[in-house]
Amino acid sequence: MNSLSLFPPPGPDGNITLFESNNELVCGTSLGSRQKQGWEPPSLLFPRESLKPHSRPESSSKAAFLDHRDTLWMRSARAWRDSGLSGLLDEIANCTEEEVPRWLTVGCSWTLALLRWVSSFHGSLFPHLTLSSEDMVAEFSQVLDWSDCAVRAFAWHPHTDKFAVSLLDDSIRIYNSKSATAPTLKHRLQRNVAALQWKPLCASALAVACHNCLLVWHVDPTSLSTRPSSGCAQVLSHPGHCPVTSIAWSPNGSLLLSASPVDTAMMVWDVAGESCVPLQRVGGGGVTFLSWSPDGSRVLASTPSALFRVWETRTWTCERWPCLKGRCQTGCWSPDGTRLLFSVQGEMVIYALTFTDAPGSSKAAAIVADLSETSFSTSQGQVRVGGQVQTMAWDPRGERLAVLLKGTEPEPVISQHILLPVVRSHSTTSIGFVKGESGAEPRLLQFHPHFPNGALLTVCWSNGRISHVPFFFVSAGGSVLNPGGSPPWPLPQSRAVENGERLLYTEMSS
Amino acid sequence: MSLLTAASVAWSVLLLPVTTALFAFLSRFSLFHPIQWISESFSLLYGSYVIFSLVLLCGVVLVVGVFNLEYYTVVPSVPCTKIALLGKVLHPQQSVHSLVHSMMGIMVTWCAATMIGGRYWILAAPCSEEEGVTGQKMCLNEYYLFFLLAGAFMGYSYSLLGVVRNMNYVSFQTIQQCKYLRFKGMLPQVVRYSAVQSLYSVRNYCLFYFFFGYIPRAWICTTLNVHEDSSLHRLDTVSGLLDFRLLYHLWLSGTFLLLTWHITLLLFRIFITEAYSFPVQSSFSEDVSQCLPKVLMTFLLNQFLALQDLFLLSQQSLSRRMEVFSLSQPGGHPHNWNAICKECLSLLSDLSQRLVEYQEVVASNGRARPLSSHSDQRSTSSETLGMSTLIISSLMSLQILSIDIGLKTPSSVFLRSTSPFSSSSVNRFVGNVDPSSPWYGSVQSPHVMRRGPKLWTASTGRLKFAHVKNFLARRVLIMYLFNKLPEASSQALFADSQAHIWALEGLSNLVAASYKEDRFGVVQTMLPSILSTMLLLQEAVDKHFKLPHASSKPVRSTCCLEDSTFKTLRFALRAALKTAMYRITVTFGEHLHSVQMSAEHRKRLQQFMEYKE
Repeated sequence: MNSLSLFPPPGPDGNITLFESNNELVCGTSLGSRQKQGWEPPSLLFPRESLKPHSRPESSSKAAFLDHRDTLWMRSARAWRDSGLSGLLDEIANCTEEEVPRWLTVGCSWTLALLRWVSSFHGSLFPHLTLSSEDMVAEFSQVLDWSDCAVRAFAWHPHTDKFAVSLLDDSIRIYNSKSATAPTLKHRLQRNVAALQWKPLCASALAVACHNCLLVWHVDPTSLSTRPSSGCAQVLSHPGHCPVTSIAWSPNGSLLLSASPVDTAMMVWDVAGESCVPLQRVGGGGVTFLSWSPDGSRVLASTPSALFRVWETRTWTCERWPCLKGRCQTGCWSPDGTRLLFSVQGEMVIYALTFTDAPGSSKAAAIVADLSETSFSTSQGQVRVGGQVQTMAWDPRGERLAVLLKGTEPEPVISQHILLPVVRSHSTTSIGFVKGESGAEPRLLQFHPHFPNGALLTVCWSNGRISHVPFFFVSAGGSVLNPGGSPPWPLPQSRAVENGERLLYTEMSS
Repeated sequence: MSLLTAASVAWSVLLLPVTTALFAFLSRFSLFHPIQWISESFSLLYGSYVIFSLVLLCGVVLVVGVFNLEYYTVVPSVPCTKIALLGKVLHPQQSVHSLVHSMMGIMVTWCAATMIGGRYWILAAPCSEEEGVTGQKMCLNEYYLFFLLAGAFMGYSYSLLGVVRNMNYVSFQTIQQCKYLRFKGMLPQVVRYSAVQSLYSVRNYCLFYFFFGYIPRAWICTTLNVHEDSSLHRLDTVSGLLDFRLLYHLWLSGTFLLLTWHITLLLFRIFITEAYSFPVQSSFSEDVSQCLPKVLMTFLLNQFLALQDLFLLSQQSLSRRMEVFSLSQPGGHPHNWNAICKECLSLLSDLSQRLVEYQEVVASNGRARPLSSHSDQRSTSSETLGMSTLIISSLMSLQILSIDIGLKTPSSVFLRSTSPFSSSSVNRFVGNVDPSSPWYGSVQSPHVMRRGPKLWTASTGRLKFAHVKNFLARRVLIMYLFNKLPEASSQALFADSQAHIWALEGLSNLVAASYKEDRFGVVQTMLPSILSTMLLLQEAVDKHFKLPHASSKPVRSTCCLEDSTFKTLRFALRAALKTAMYRITVTFGEHLHSVQMSAEHRKRLQQFMEYKE
């Protein structure tokens, strides 16, 4: 098992991590100390101050603009359309006596109270349902401290040097290595972007998980326009399926999955036909995070409760995996799709699950890394590192794993760090911590899908900086196109059994 | 095939007792006497009437199942004009469908009325006391008649909506779920849909009965020699129809009727579209016709199932892909691959051909317009000519439409749509229009109408004006009937494109897999023709999407049963085509430079390799 104590101490303050070579992270004070090789993705800075978030706390501005001279019927119809039955009841209950008889207002307020009582009961079963939808996105997003982050989502194109960034002001920008124009995508419905993903085997389609719908932008790569019209976006929505917190394209580009913590069904979208098939499983109370294995055979779907599911994509049946402590926060797949790493909220460990088609394969998760707090003595004194996992990324060759930690205590612990164990054929080697500019905390990370000389990690920082850290290494197991099986973890199964108490078992269900 | 239908009908029959029990339970609903309600419904369930009704309902479900089997299609027929739609509705085959469904509707509501009992029990009853001293006169029970007629109405509207909304079109699922889960997932939607449709039917029926209810009532009275009970409220009055208990029973019976039929339809669709795995090759010569390459050459459902199987095997099954890439034992020929590839390519090139022809027709249509060489008058006359040609061609196409609902050629699509100048053998028709008459060239209705009085007051009297108005109205109606529905011809062109999508996916997956799995290099020999076919299709599709209406999105239907997948197939095809091209270019990368192809295609391919499409 790997633990933080095996890591080299983090670099001195004021230095930033530049690149990795010879299994060591090289720090420096400026980016210029390394010669450029080919196209370098631009290091961007989006200062938090320059972005205005849309101050639209739902319905607060309604009273300011609504024409109060409307008739009761008009207002009722609008309330029904905007917020359904409870809105209608609320509207009638707040009417004056001239408009409606008293028994009606009293009846409505009683019904409303009853409804609220029932929904509070429902909410006590699934506490996340009481959150407002913006808080819900922040809670279940892969981005650390989503609501205050300048960069809310980031996505590399799977085939070409192009990426999309979603910012605090609900706009999306696209940067391309081959063209100087950086189109900005804005849409009326594009609010609270929780995730972005480019469609595989396609040059132009970008799926965006929004506040109450899914948008699929078709951004013509040859177009010189900097503001593609909102007609380029397809709107996919389904009643009761909002906010969307996670999306996943199938690796062959044919299907799109979307998940909402409010909806117990996970949607399988046929994007061209704009139709969806709901895959409903009631347990868990919603779906928060989706991850499709790179070979396309399995999908991880975590729920807001202590339960996650692994779907197989041939006949769409699922395995149920109850966790002991909390919900599954994040997960990532090995390039060949046989191994899943995941972390559970409330535990400072990383679990691994192995999937094989052979019958009788082990059905228990093993702990592969312990991330509990560890002290390092550096030139600046004691530094404590450790915590729960916020998000993880496994590079496309299966040799580097980046983990973003969430600290348990706010202050003296410098807790938000990225650690990078190297996975080699028979050993897990620790590489070290990636540091950004002083005062900047990492918020989001993603690997470049086809970096030729190793792996390229893109990190979004709290100060609005997007930096790219290359790891130069020679792959042990073939090229990206031909991942010859992911290297096995060093941990033998028996060791996990000895550790005993934290094993997870699955229950097969359909 | 028939086995699958039988299985689906068997399941619907098995579900009947459940729905019937639910219906009986709900029909007795009373808020204030819950205990009495429950005990009554339980005693009702054991009654002989319910058993008899069940037997009858089984018969109805069987007939519905047979009709589903006879009328289903995997390639929908898309009417391009209102008149074609009308033709579809009035087609004899459809009339049989409507008639039978009306009769079965009567049967179902009869069962429902029997199960509810009470005042819906019997057609004629002795009149109430104050009516006559004799008491022997039989009076009509209008509730009973109202109920049975409602059944006929709902059966007919089910059939009518079925043809308007293409309910007989069977689409294939995007993901492969097992039958039970698919049914379970769809059931709530079907129940909701049935309830809502029943609500609409009740509304329409009440309107219908309000205006025309006296006709069947009088007819029944005279034929059966019964009397109308004047002491009771008539049901074709507002107060008679505002009987909430009656409306509730009517709605519930309608929901019950639609639900049983919709469940039968749903199960039928689920059973026949289930993925079937065909053997790739067989060592016995008598089984060869059952093998994938042979089944691909068949038509309609079998071909669709084979293509779906090809799509699945190309993605999921290594061992079956190896069979496709294998060589025949004596001789060493890649027969399997050749047959599959040839079939897929011919499907794709057929589509390109069809698209190119359609574009030519559209283009020639545009060029023919400056046929008017003379004055303004002349051009209006050509307009009239166009109109009459259009009418004739549409009438002709009506017949064509009624004969085959199968595959469409662009010419047939065009016959059904507007092609004002496509036929020239209608000159005699123009002769009827006198160029000097004032209503000459009155097709551009709104403008002429507005200018009209100024033109005519000088020479013509009031009589002629009335004539013109009359004529115009008729012409407007004709215009309405014959006007092309937007994007309908586009939908019709791509109506069977699910086959092309699977062919593209299957072929590109096989080609991509061959990079590692094809030991004998059988795929390489076909790579140039595969690439050129796809690029040709790409070109044709791109051109098609530049036509007006081709890229406008259709309205999404809200329900599962009204399958509107065919309306968006062209978008799906375009996406699948690009994905297929990218799949090949991503897999082969720079190696594609050594494939022989024309310079134009190479340029296009380069676009794909640079991710600029």
